[in-house]
Amino acid sequence: MKKHTGVIRAIITLHLPVLLIVLFATGPYIWSFISSITPEKDMYKGGVSYFPENPTTRNYSRLFSKINFAENLKDSLIVATFAMLFGLAMSVTASYSFSRFQFKGRKPLLIQFLVINMFPIVLLLVPLFIIMSRFHIRDTYIALVFAYATFSIPFSTWMMTSFFNAIPRELDEQAKIDGCNRFTAMVRVVIPIALPGIAATAIYIFITAWNEFVFASVLTGKSVRTIPIALQNMVGQYQIEWGLLTAGGVVSAIPVIILFFFIQKQLISGMTAGAVKG
Amino acid sequence: MIRALRRKTDLYPYSLLLPALTVTTFIIFIPLVYTFGLSFFNYVIWKPHEIKFVFLGNYKKALEDEVFWISFRNTLIWIAGVISLQLVLGFITALLLNRQFFWRSLARSLILIPWVTPSVITALMWRWLYDGNSGLINDILVRLGILDRYFPWLANGSTALPAIMFALMWQGFPFFTVMILAGLQAIPTELYEVAKVDGANPMQMFFHITLPMLMPILLTTILLRTIWVANSLDIIFIMTGGGPGYASHTLPLYSYIRAYKGLDFGYASTIAVYLTLLLVMIVTMYVIRILKTEERFR
Repeated sequence: MKKHTGVIRAIITLHLPVLLIVLFATGPYIWSFISSITPEKDMYKGGVSYFPENPTTRNYSRLFSKINFAENLKDSLIVATFAMLFGLAMSVTASYSFSRFQFKGRKPLLIQFLVINMFPIVLLLVPLFIIMSRFHIRDTYIALVFAYATFSIPFSTWMMTSFFNAIPRELDEQAKIDGCNRFTAMVRVVIPIALPGIAATAIYIFITAWNEFVFASVLTGKSVRTIPIALQNMVGQYQIEWGLLTAGGVVSAIPVIILFFFIQKQLISGMTAGAVKG
Repeated sequence: MIRALRRKTDLYPYSLLLPALTVTTFIIFIPLVYTFGLSFFNYVIWKPHEIKFVFLGNYKKALEDEVFWISFRNTLIWIAGVISLQLVLGFITALLLNRQFFWRSLARSLILIPWVTPSVITALMWRWLYDGNSGLINDILVRLGILDRYFPWLANGSTALPAIMFALMWQGFPFFTVMILAGLQAIPTELYEVAKVDGANPMQMFFHITLPMLMPILLTTILLRTIWVANSLDIIFIMTGGGPGYASHTLPLYSYIRAYKGLDFGYASTIAVYLTLLLVMIVTMYVIRILKTEERFR
């Protein structure tokens, strides 16, 4: 008897509320998926159809035949990959420096990296537009790669500094005794140990570049069109084709969600490490 | 550390920082100064003959601009509203996930999904949910008898901004959950055991142990999120474009629209500078907190 009330209590105070929150968190995706497989004629016939009677993959095939979504996927993939590589190269060395050396100006430089992340992005829009137009790199991959790699530096540097700090300095010293110089000690010894953290940071940079809209809207035009821009462009002037749009949303969100599941542990530990101690 | 003392000016650590510093100079610092300079100019790109130095002219113009004040007020409502919504839901979720149950890690993973969702997709999904003709939210509310008929949430001046705030709550609450959950797990369980021996009830334990112990992480998270929320404009741009009228204009959005649609670069820069001034205080508080942590950390 007592055990029963315990189970009922657990369901009411724990399982049910968690289930509701999970439904809230995933609901928009579930709904988008349902909409994306609903035939267009059923969509606007008045009322809402929860279970499409004749599910269709037409929206998904149209996505690739009619509006060249594959091209957008390619653009996003190129931009996000190169932004990740450049951003990583710059922030790995920077965070190693912050973690391993005491030098004059260390603290102001560290604060500097923190603060630049917080300026309103609208402060940078106009000048980046003007500068990149002047150098004729607007509407190229280079413009977005440079912008995203740079914007990723502050967060990546802070995060990887905490990963590097967790690796004992004695390892660097030992590597030097074994014949490494300062650079090879970093590359051969410390970076391999920090690899899980570095990989998580890399994926984080990839995700943010994949998701970014505001700068892409200003820095691209006809030749480069990343997914967020393509989706926004699908919102036509007159009627929105929700079936097509939700299909596009589902397709472009899936890679990000899958990647995120790989890194969630690392990312969360990196993010919360500083804050919890504070 | 010893090594650094021995060699007087060791350039090695600086050389490791050089690539990062170079690109941030070109992509962030020079543009920042550029914007600041532009804010003193009348600079509309399609009127090249009228480009001239007006010093504080744009700043004065903003103070007399009704839309600027609407956007300013909306920015404050936006920040306060979104942050409190995210905090409350994030806190409740963290308290629930802090308990042991068999599908906890599955639940935690699923709850994080909104957080990685691109703003564009968040905006479009919610726009569809709010749709005035076939939106799911309208359908549910009508079925439950809360509404008589479908309501155009995003096309109504008094519901547009709150509706977008709710969508941003969806996207951002998992961040609060993650941070608060980490904080909860760092509280030593002995504290609760001692309190239990002393006869404290769960309410008392929450207010006298949990909340005070969480204060530091709550403050840091709120500051960090405030900066992010204050700057987020894409979700508004895509859901309503700032409308109807100016009902969902915020300062960053107003600046963006001025620059992007009006090509009025001078005035857009001025609005951006005003926004920065508003945020400087919050940023300063955050930096001071982080520095304290960083000191303890080393």
